[in-house]
Amino acid sequence: MAALHFHNVTLGYDRHPAVHHLNGEVAPGALVAVIGPNGAGKSTLLRGIVGILRPLDGSIHLGGLDSRDIAYLPQSAEIDRSFPISVFDFVGTGLWRGTGLFGGIGKAAREKILRAIAAVGLNGFENRPIGTLSGGQMQRVLFARVLLQDARLIVLDEPFNAIDSKTTADLLALVKHWHGEGRTVLAALHDMAMVRTHFSETLVLARGPVAWGPTAEVLTPENLMVAMRMCEAFDDSATACAEDGRSQAA
Amino acid sequence: MIHDILIGPFIEFEFMRRALAAVVALSLAGAPIGVFLMLRRMSLVGDAMAHAILPGAAVGFLLSGLNLFAMTAGGLIAGFTVAILAGVVARSTGLKEDASLATFYLASLALGVTIVSLKGTNIDLLHVLFGNILAMDDQTLLVVAFNATITLVVLAVIYRPLVIESVDPLFLRTVSRAGGPAHLAFLALVVINLVNGFQALGTLLAVGLMILPAGIARFWSRDLTAMICIAVIAAAVSGYAGLVLSFQTRVPSGPAIILVATMLYVVSVLFGRIGGVVRQMFPGRHLEA
Repeated sequence: MAALHFHNVTLGYDRHPAVHHLNGEVAPGALVAVIGPNGAGKSTLLRGIVGILRPLDGSIHLGGLDSRDIAYLPQSAEIDRSFPISVFDFVGTGLWRGTGLFGGIGKAAREKILRAIAAVGLNGFENRPIGTLSGGQMQRVLFARVLLQDARLIVLDEPFNAIDSKTTADLLALVKHWHGEGRTVLAALHDMAMVRTHFSETLVLARGPVAWGPTAEVLTPENLMVAMRMCEAFDDSATACAEDGRSQAA
Repeated sequence: MIHDILIGPFIEFEFMRRALAAVVALSLAGAPIGVFLMLRRMSLVGDAMAHAILPGAAVGFLLSGLNLFAMTAGGLIAGFTVAILAGVVARSTGLKEDASLATFYLASLALGVTIVSLKGTNIDLLHVLFGNILAMDDQTLLVVAFNATITLVVLAVIYRPLVIESVDPLFLRTVSRAGGPAHLAFLALVVINLVNGFQALGTLLAVGLMILPAGIARFWSRDLTAMICIAVIAAAVSGYAGLVLSFQTRVPSGPAIILVATMLYVVSVLFGRIGGVVRQMFPGRHLEA
């Protein structure tokens, strides 16, 4: 059974599609890179997968996964860095699936949190308010939270943006570790060299899917050219899409 | 002598003891709510909501005169209606919460003044606008204490989702549906505490014992728990000192309490450990690492 199944998925805002008629499957345990120019719909697709954006048309099946089995790292998190919360407490929110509203954080849970913080290389930062961290340190904190979420499906939206090479290498190792544990990982990325070296499967997105398959076959100059030519602007006078699933049914 | 000024009034007069009890109850519940209002950048939302309570209180006044119980019930209904409508509009449309609240509170403020003008005198209006903590009877005091108790219980229940929603709302949305209910419950708590403050401080100053202590706390700690404790203490101290000031100088009690809180606030702005003016001007020599 596929971890993710896209059936004629169209996602967008105000009826304008940002992802148009996507079909396909992601196998359990796959490590998939989603690439494409700015405005190609990468973030939109990921938002659709984690369920914060409802498809305009078609459907996304999670292969029996609950929304709690998904860990999502958004691109520009709406995190209020000025809120007085420590690294320890912030990372600890990743245990929500186990603790919920009232569950206590016992000794075992505390150790789990400390291990996650150590795993992203932030030993000694436990009591620091998140507002005092650098961009790279904050990204490490977010990875530690994803680590604690212990999710079957991990969705990362441009996780290495504006991150230095040392931090990128550390966090990428973590991603590969998740892959090794059999978790399904989807990551929106811009670094083609990284995709080529580390990701076995790639989806080239340019509103519609341009190509999808093994990275070596998909990541060709032709496909990238097609993706780059994609027009970014919405057409305000666009008419209803003829391929719309609902209009076909009617 | 000092004993006579600071403690005497409370030994001698029952209304002073009641007022002190009321102000402590208001501090215990209102100050934590104020801290969250401030951290969620909703300070002015609280202020707006305080005005939204007015028409309900005015209807209560119209029906049964200066009966604090009826005015409280009316205020609660009006406040809840505005809070929930504004929350629902903000969540189901693109409109930000502050914009939708502004609309609702303007409408209810206009309505409130219209209703008061149908029957009330200027003295009634003054009472509605500025409250009178010294005129509190046993029944009203019990209502205030009851509301404070409810507030603390509900706050304990929604504390975790409320904190996470304040820091990282998108994360909470992906792991739980508790964010929406927690947000609405929080708005309800804001209303309850405004109505509570309304008894003592009136519709114009009710939000004062919530926001000012929170502002004070921000200058002394970076830890949420500590901030809440500091805010509660600052509110209670302001309340006590304000009552003493009011008793000794015959200044109206509500404004006296808020003025004392304002003084504490000014001191905090100047000398606060976290980002106070003096600290910023004379930060000391920079550290090795």
